[in-house]
Amino acid sequence: MMLITCPDCGPRDEAEFVCGGATHIVRPPLTASDAEWGEYLFYRDNPRGLLRERWRHAYGCGQWFNVARHTVTHAIVAVYRMTETPGGAGA
Amino acid sequence: MKYSALALLRGALAAQRNWAQAWRSPEPRASYDVVIVGGGGHGLAAAYYLAKNHGVTNVAVIERGWLGGGNTGRNTTVVRSNYLFPESARLYDFALRLYEDLGRELNFNVMLSQRGHLMLAHSRHDLESMSRWVNTMQMHGIDAALVSREEVGAFAPALDLSPAARLPVLGGFRQARAGTARHDAVAWGYARAASALGVDLIQECEVTGFLKDGAGGVTGVETARGPIRAGRVALAAAGHSSVLARLAGFRLPVTSYALQAMVTEPVKPRLDTVVISPGTGVYVSQSDKGEMVIGGSLDLFASYAQRGSFAVMQSVLAGTLALFPSFSRLRVMRQWAGIVDVVHDSSPIIGPTPVPGLYINCGWGTGGFKAIPAGGWTLAHVLATGRNHELAEPFQLERFASGRFIDEAAAAGIAH
Ligand SMILES: Cc1cc2nc3c(=O)[nH]c(=O)nc-3n(C[C@H](O)[C@H](O)[C@H](O)COP(=O)(O)OP(=O)(O)OC[C@H]3O[C@@H](n4cnc5c(N)ncnc54)[C@H](O)[C@@H]3O)c2cc1C
Ligand SMILES: [Zn+2]
Repeated sequence: MMLITCPDCGPRDEAEFVCGGATHIVRPPLTASDAEWGEYLFYRDNPRGLLRERWRHAYGCGQWFNVARHTVTHAIVAVYRMTETPGGAGA
Repeated sequence: MKYSALALLRGALAAQRNWAQAWRSPEPRASYDVVIVGGGGHGLAAAYYLAKNHGVTNVAVIERGWLGGGNTGRNTTVVRSNYLFPESARLYDFALRLYEDLGRELNFNVMLSQRGHLMLAHSRHDLESMSRWVNTMQMHGIDAALVSREEVGAFAPALDLSPAARLPVLGGFRQARAGTARHDAVAWGYARAASALGVDLIQECEVTGFLKDGAGGVTGVETARGPIRAGRVALAAAGHSSVLARLAGFRLPVTSYALQAMVTEPVKPRLDTVVISPGTGVYVSQSDKGEMVIGGSLDLFASYAQRGSFAVMQSVLAGTLALFPSFSRLRVMRQWAGIVDVVHDSSPIIGPTPVPGLYINCGWGTGGFKAIPAGGWTLAHVLATGRNHELAEPFQLERFASGRFIDEAAAAGIAH
């Protein structure tokens, strides 16, 4: 069971959140080829290790935010707001 | 040694000391025609069909743990072919037909039990979608049939069929040829038969990188026991496919999730079919040992930890008890998870990769046990001939650029 610290509400049980998958994915320009567009929509790094992803406090304040989490230990290394970059969060 | 009743009888006279090892455990050679990474069902079946169908026997399967120790030995053993799209129906029914003869083919009892697969309808909308699915499946030659509430009661009397049930049962649909098979036996049977045909099975040997030629083509693998050269390399590593792809220099449209399952203490026969409820995502069958085998939905965040979260386990068990109130006094004996390789359309990828010389079989997600014979057969075909098997042609990586998905996730909506 993970304890996730919502930036607005503080530490809460994992069951209050939903995961939105990998974050910081940059949308390609409209001139992108089908292959580039497919990459953007479907291809993921899917690392065994540190992953940056989005979570939403669905059964709380409803806000989206970013989490840096280890996919083997599930340890949460950093939590930072949607508009922050990983560097800005000191991670 | 051929397994038979006679061999058992002979064994009885020799205190059962007559049994040879089921497969050889050789030292890896310096080079093979084909190296398959991953000793789960799909990798082992591919090795077997390479030797059996194509005469390619200079083959090694390289497994970092033990054979069948991944999802193949962790799944809930449901086999069925009631998929919605013609491409999937063809592929999965081909697998089911191979399963129907697999015990004889491999001379290994895979304990196929065609006890049927029953999907419940909890609402009028469920009933309407199911009649559409059943019509489509029947047109593809799949033995799917609608069943009434009374028939559901006859197939699974332990269900709560009262109108006041939390999830009222209005009927459902059933595939009679579906059922379960012993998962370990499928891995062991393919392993033994492949080894007998000359395939080397190398366990406890992690693949840590790839050997490449000047043009970027794969010419072998780096392993914990040194480099091994190969004419062609195939990845059959399920939830670890992305890790290997990254080592080989490409990405995949895959996310790895934990899928968990659990079993109760064994009891007398109480459930003679596989039951799945779309309302809860829960499905239950009774093992030949008598345990209730219970599965449900994914833990919906990326994970490489082979354990499920308590929150999902709790909701799966709550769903089980809503369906089968009489199971409330059973104790759960074991709970575990496997790391499954989920793609956007819940359909597999079987074919070449962007890296020359490197092929892949992955994307089975929560439901690839039932497909092992077909996944192995079609992977062996492309490895031996360089051309995709016609059954695998629709299941290529290109579909993630073309958008030509076979979206089973959004179709019949049955997982596993
Ligand atoms: C709980 C659960 C329930 C399921 N229920 C069903 C079901 O009822 N019906 C159904 O059809 N499917 C089911 N599935 C899905 C099914 O188990 C899988 O799709 C199928 O077993 C995949 O087989 P595989 O051979 O591709 O992978 P695996 O059996 O996982 O084999 C991959 C192998 O690759 C090895 N490997 C990984 N990395 C490396 C490396 N670097 N070097 C060497 N080896 C490596 C792993 O150790 C592993 O043994 C379920 C899965 C789970 C987890
Ligand atoms: Zn919050």
